[in-house]
Amino acid sequence: MTELRDVGAPVIEGPVLEARDFRVWYATDRGPVRAVDGVSFSLRRGEILGLVGESGCGKSTLGRGLIGLLPDGSSRDGELEFEGRDMLALPGREQRALRGSDLGMIFQEPLTRLNPLMRISGHFEETLRIHRPELSKEEVEQQALAILRLMGIPPTRYHAYPHEFSGGMRQRLMIALALVLRPAFVVADEPTTALDVLVEAQIIRILHDLRTEFETALLLITHNLGIIAEACDRVAVMYAGEIVEIGDAKAVFSHPKHPYTRELLRSTISLSTTGLNYIDGAPPDLVEPPSGCHFHPRCPDAMQICAARHPVDRDHGDGHRAACWATDLAEGLTLDESDRAPLEREEIAVADEA
Amino acid sequence: MSSSAGSGSLARYILVRIILVIPMMLILLTVVFLLLRVAPGDPVSASVGGRLPPAILAQKRAALGLDQPLYQQYLEYLGHVVRFNFGTTISDNQPVLSVIRDKGGATLTLTVGAFLIALVLGLPLGRLAGRYRDSGADAVIRIFGIVTYAAPIFWVGVLLVAFVAAHFPSWPTYGIASAQTTFVVPTHTHILIVDSIIANYWSGVFDILKHCVLPCITLGLLITGVIIRLVRVNVIQALKGDYVEAARARGVPEGRVVRKHAFRNALVPVITVIGLQVALTLSGAVLTETTFNWPGVGTALVNYLNERDYTAVQGLVTFFAVVVVIVSLLVDILNALVDPRVRY
Repeated sequence: MTELRDVGAPVIEGPVLEARDFRVWYATDRGPVRAVDGVSFSLRRGEILGLVGESGCGKSTLGRGLIGLLPDGSSRDGELEFEGRDMLALPGREQRALRGSDLGMIFQEPLTRLNPLMRISGHFEETLRIHRPELSKEEVEQQALAILRLMGIPPTRYHAYPHEFSGGMRQRLMIALALVLRPAFVVADEPTTALDVLVEAQIIRILHDLRTEFETALLLITHNLGIIAEACDRVAVMYAGEIVEIGDAKAVFSHPKHPYTRELLRSTISLSTTGLNYIDGAPPDLVEPPSGCHFHPRCPDAMQICAARHPVDRDHGDGHRAACWATDLAEGLTLDESDRAPLEREEIAVADEA
Repeated sequence: MSSSAGSGSLARYILVRIILVIPMMLILLTVVFLLLRVAPGDPVSASVGGRLPPAILAQKRAALGLDQPLYQQYLEYLGHVVRFNFGTTISDNQPVLSVIRDKGGATLTLTVGAFLIALVLGLPLGRLAGRYRDSGADAVIRIFGIVTYAAPIFWVGVLLVAFVAAHFPSWPTYGIASAQTTFVVPTHTHILIVDSIIANYWSGVFDILKHCVLPCITLGLLITGVIIRLVRVNVIQALKGDYVEAARARGVPEGRVVRKHAFRNALVPVITVIGLQVALTLSGAVLTETTFNWPGVGTALVNYLNERDYTAVQGLVTFFAVVVVIVSLLVDILNALVDPRVRY
């Protein structure tokens, strides 16, 4: 289990993956949906970045967009570099060749992600043969069994069918399949949502240990803020297709810079919770998002400027970035009196309708 | 569970499925029996009434057991069927089983040929239409599928005959073989084409194949339409499947995704429905045989119906019912072999 990335590009220092002003659009009858709207971040080798946000904020689309697994009728824009390669300029064939070997994906519902008519061995043989046609049958089996052992699946189950496994085991099989070729970057899209808490802890432990075993950079998409705190180095908070705050997980959770992050943390339910907090309103329409800051119609700190101008993505030290006028004001940015005036409730309602 | 235990449960599944054939057969036989009793008049006077004196008619009725109460006739009928005795025809006094033996081969040739054509055409066309959904090719294939399914068999058959007779006058348009072939080939299996092969009489085989083309296309097109629509819908469904997306995420090329993940999985429901199409094919065979003067069970059934020979009709319909039940059993077993989840 020691030999690391043996073929392809030489080991590159610096980020494994870098996105700058990355966008994903979907075509709909009502016009393009800006599901991911100008996202910038980078991931180092072995780093785990948590991605949180409400349903429909574009988390999954971002994850799929990064590995090029988008449905027909969608398009990507901006810059996306993977190990120094410009992913958006790469032909579809070569992108496909990278998926599975260099880029991996772990899905939300493990029960339906394995082909019910194919033995586990068939899944591994297919994946390994496509990316490493030079491997012999014995080598394929050897590699598959090695990763399965690591995931706690006994070799006697190698020729079993997917339906013969429990949900937790199937998620471990999916992880094994995603990792068998040691990809440098893996997207895990809510990998534990469909599983019970004990299995969840087990899966998170496995994902957390990936960095030591494989030096895999992981984008962990989740609703569960506890998982982020537990397993992630950094966290990115997404709202209406944008990353509104990103930084060291501990720093973001202890000193959130964006009102949305703060409200999201407040809505977390724990044993000490005495009442339920939630954020008023619903995530905005992504065909025509609100003007200025997308969060302003729901933001308790909203000012006049928030409805008029999009906030600037600012670094608040140690790579802790946030885009919020109120935070900028608190940290010494000078704003006009008219810009600072709190946004009226009526205006909020009007803005929401518009 | 290891794979050996898996095959153990497969054996159990097949056993249970075979046992389930018994109630299925019982219901079918009861329906066949009652349907024919509901028809007015009694079989003997219907088929030979007016041609024989009343005393002999009564004698015939007694010989057929028609003077006995209904439940006794029913039990007798079941008892005969269990011993593969489907009765004796009234009009020409032949055991129904020998009618089936003599004519069954032609019907088998026709239906197998039709199914081959339907599978060869329907599976790839359905897959193509499903993969390139809403494209021009999809539209053409779908229209083809609907038209072939909706067009009445006798109409398609007559059109084909008219077309071929006009443009290729030497091509045979009726019967299963030319008189010479029928005369020369010795009977072994009662399936003319097989007998012809056994006799090493290749010009005969060629002659029969030529005769097969039109009827097999006529009947095959009917099933082709069904298969195209079915495969298309299931391929589209399967392509939306989570495991298909997961395969793409592992970098499986699209061609292989369609072949190994979407198409193969789409075939599971298709197998079931194709099995059900056997019933449709048999009823279609009756029409096709009549259209092409094909010497099969279907033509015989129509002749006996015209003769009002209820015993013969009852025997032949019973035979058709048995075939459908056996085919549905085979389909279920095939399904279990293809889809490991069915075995539970």
